[in-house]
Amino acid sequence: MTVTATTVALDTVVEAGDGALVTVPAGGRLQIVDLHGNQAVDTLFYDAHDIDNRYSAFDTIREQRAVFLTTGSRLVSTRRDELAVITDDTCGRHDTVGGACSQESNVIRYGEFTRHQHACRQTFLRYGAKVGIGQRQLTHNVNFFMNVPVTSSGGLTFEDGLSAPGKYVELTASRDLFVLISNCPQVNNPCNGWNPTPIQLLGWW
Amino acid sequence: MIAHAHEIPGDAAWSAPVRAGRTITLTALADGANASMLIIGADRLDRLNIPDTLKSQMSARIKPGMVLMSDRGLALATVTASSLDWHDCLTGAFPSRLLLLELIKHGFGETDLHACINFFSKVAVADDPRASLAFIPDHAHAGDTVTLRADQDLLIFISTAPHPLSDEPAASVAVQLETPANVKDPDLRDEAVRALRLTRELIG
Repeated sequence: MTVTATTVALDTVVEAGDGALVTVPAGGRLQIVDLHGNQAVDTLFYDAHDIDNRYSAFDTIREQRAVFLTTGSRLVSTRRDELAVITDDTCGRHDTVGGACSQESNVIRYGEFTRHQHACRQTFLRYGAKVGIGQRQLTHNVNFFMNVPVTSSGGLTFEDGLSAPGKYVELTASRDLFVLISNCPQVNNPCNGWNPTPIQLLGWW
Repeated sequence: MIAHAHEIPGDAAWSAPVRAGRTITLTALADGANASMLIIGADRLDRLNIPDTLKSQMSARIKPGMVLMSDRGLALATVTASSLDWHDCLTGAFPSRLLLLELIKHGFGETDLHACINFFSKVAVADDPRASLAFIPDHAHAGDTVTLRADQDLLIFISTAPHPLSDEPAASVAVQLETPANVKDPDLRDEAVRALRLTRELIG
């Protein structure tokens, strides 16, 4: 589905493995609901008037001096402009180090048999094309509801989620945004509890 | 055989093509050096992908024995040796002005900015609920080195601006490109071996 949100409210379900492109105006609030629990929602943010001004995972991490995202986290761009703020979060923490799955990274991680399994970056390219987001415009995303512990010894793993049915995260747009979402289809690691499920998007603006 | 040697002064940027098989050795010329690096692969589209590099090798830092992977699951370079076992890759480079100018020289632009490696810098992670970060000021010393082997033809972009969380002055970094007889693969995880094999099969 593609949502060009000129309505006052958004209320839609994104099926497991599907995606969405949502235009959220400055001040708009977008809530992502993990309907069944432990569902990674891979998300990218772009300034709707200049898509080169896009989300930067590692500038965001540096600016908040912490790896995990939660309420109060400012999502900043490569220019260090604030794109959105996490204004509510009943899950507690979200990843932005792990990136999105792709057919090619699945092959590296799990083997050749995964080559033709659907992957998040296919969804990003499919839904992003409409507004000029292609391969060059993809960047490192947020994984809402995903649990990627990073440790003091420099280790990193993908683990079972901390989320549960009905947990949600709410973002408030700091400027007009394209929010590009892939409801992750990954079945080879625990990021979706081995079973991808639908999510709900709710918007107020 | 040393093919090319260059000294990048502090707070400057440099870029160069590096042919497959050559090695790139960076040497810190003063304490507290930082070398932020971007990498673009042979086809001028496929870029360094830090998340894929980290998750496939279960690491939140860059260290010897890791393959630096591209967006499309290919090996860009292998970290064959380093006097340090922790190079930051979680906190980016800001401002990106120096790197951006080098990208533009090669026909790229802001669209091609991607997560960099901050060689010689360490940002420690705390085992607290948010994985808080703290810059480690005395991590690198004059003489510290890191060596990469190019696993395909690369463009590399290096900025010697101080790490964005550092209060220390900028330091110069020496770059040496060599054409070695043969660089054996270090001990690698299976995922890294797969990336190298695919790269050799497809564009080797």
